[in-house]
Amino acid sequence: MTTYYSEDHEWITVEGNIGTVGITDYAQNALGDIVFVEVPEVGNDHDKGDEIAVVESVKAASEIYAPVGGEIVAINEKLAEEPDLVNVHPETDGWFYKVTLCDKAELDDLMNAEAYKSFTDGLE
Amino acid sequence: MRYLPLSQSDREQMLAKIGVDHIDDLFRDVPPAALLEEPVTLPTHMSEMALDRDFRSMAGKNTAAGSVPFFCGAGAYRHYVPSTVDHLIQRGEFLTAYTPYQPEISQGTLQALYEFQSQVAQITGMDVANASMYDGSTACGEAVLMARRASRKKKAILSGGLHPQYLEVVKSATKFTDDALVINPTSRHSVEDLVDQIDDETSCVVVQNPDFFGNLQDYSTLAEALHAQNALLIVVVTEVVSLGAVRSPGSMGADIVAAEGQSIGNGLTFGGPYVGLLATRQKFVRTMPGRVCGETVDADGKRGFVLTLSTREQHIRREKATSNICTNAGLCTLAFTIHMTLLGEKGFRHLARLNHAKAVKLADKIKTIDGVEVINDSFFNEFTVSLSCSAAQVVEDLAEMGVLGGVPLSRLYPKDPDMKNKLLVAVTETVSDADMDRLVSALKGLVE
Repeated sequence: MTTYYSEDHEWITVEGNIGTVGITDYAQNALGDIVFVEVPEVGNDHDKGDEIAVVESVKAASEIYAPVGGEIVAINEKLAEEPDLVNVHPETDGWFYKVTLCDKAELDDLMNAEAYKSFTDGLE
Repeated sequence: MRYLPLSQSDREQMLAKIGVDHIDDLFRDVPPAALLEEPVTLPTHMSEMALDRDFRSMAGKNTAAGSVPFFCGAGAYRHYVPSTVDHLIQRGEFLTAYTPYQPEISQGTLQALYEFQSQVAQITGMDVANASMYDGSTACGEAVLMARRASRKKKAILSGGLHPQYLEVVKSATKFTDDALVINPTSRHSVEDLVDQIDDETSCVVVQNPDFFGNLQDYSTLAEALHAQNALLIVVVTEVVSLGAVRSPGSMGADIVAAEGQSIGNGLTFGGPYVGLLATRQKFVRTMPGRVCGETVDADGKRGFVLTLSTREQHIRREKATSNICTNAGLCTLAFTIHMTLLGEKGFRHLARLNHAKAVKLADKIKTIDGVEVINDSFFNEFTVSLSCSAAQVVEDLAEMGVLGGVPLSRLYPKDPDMKNKLLVAVTETVSDADMDRLVSALKGLVE
């Protein structure tokens, strides 16, 4: 099980052929109080980089871009009632969706935890 | 400061820069027949008194709704608007057509919008309403787009009972999207017909109640069939007064209600501006277009009002906004709210019953005329009459006799031969017994 990070501040944890996707602690901190998460529907087939979800905070509504392409196999139903899970546990209970990866090579473009940390350090 | 900031030499420089010799060259795409060759002949000056007299004489050529027995409806209804409404909307604190750009400093305006939303939600039987749309037809177009967002499906089925002009607006709203419209002929409007057309690609079915021809239906089973396919029921209401007497769309299982609010607080005013109502269920609130005003408390715990869910609106979300509606018919909305407040729940129900009772009375009188038939199974305050000759001609003849007798359906369905002899007749509380007798006796003289 390995976690990868994108420059758009999504994380993806991969186990076998299934990836679990969410937004990073850095992202939730920048967005502020999250009031709504619009997740894709199960069965949605998409490419890497597609707009896949929308996160609405009190300040703005922001797109979430798919870190990899594939088919959605599960969504986090809890977010409908508890969107603040994304603020409290962004990289665990606040996950958005699970996806079957269509091409594992797409992960090569992403960063590991260490690289993402120095990436965000560079943004501040 | 000069009123016109550009001088002749400014204009010449600008034309030279874009390589055009003459300003008229900028209008060359306009067909020559549509261009004036010389200025319109108008007097150069006139005293205010003379001008007033001229305009009154021109206005006198109209047969105004309030001046003769009046039975026209078809989506715009003449109701009595108390003078209090006009007086209050013209107060300086209220008199603006816009929702304010810095809204929270205008607490009075926001409170009025909040009351408006509460009234709309209550009469439609829905959880939540927005702060209004432009009018009923654009609310209907927005409802179809909203159903697509909520269902993530693209096929909208439109009942044959939908107002034909609302249908045209839905066509325009979906012209450049890839939504698929299933447009039913006027004969297909029953719940059974519509249920048969639902499949797993259906986003919504749009019905009207009372429908364009005045008939009422219970759409509960249609709602159930749609919900089984994760699709939405959109109920359009063009005569909002009917909601004081008939079962609410919400109680039938509607997911979106799109209504024309003109009947309450607003005059006919040659077709606009009017006020659109849009209400939905709580679970769809984030796919709803337009603005929403909410109640909250300030830092000191005092009641206050704010615009909420604005993050989805175009001033923040730009091209990704839920809808490109950016303003509303604010003053018409206020007129609606004030009139509705004056009526109260009891008064609103009473007004609806009065409308229905008058319509029943006229329908009974019309039925006694030979060769004339009321073809509705049910109606609220408007019904369709079948004549033995051209309805358009009868309406012309009635107008000559000083009676505006209704809307000939050939005007809205010019290509449908079945509509030639059909007349749509509306009766509101403004119609007196004497008005009814004028219509019935004139009609007798024309068709018997």
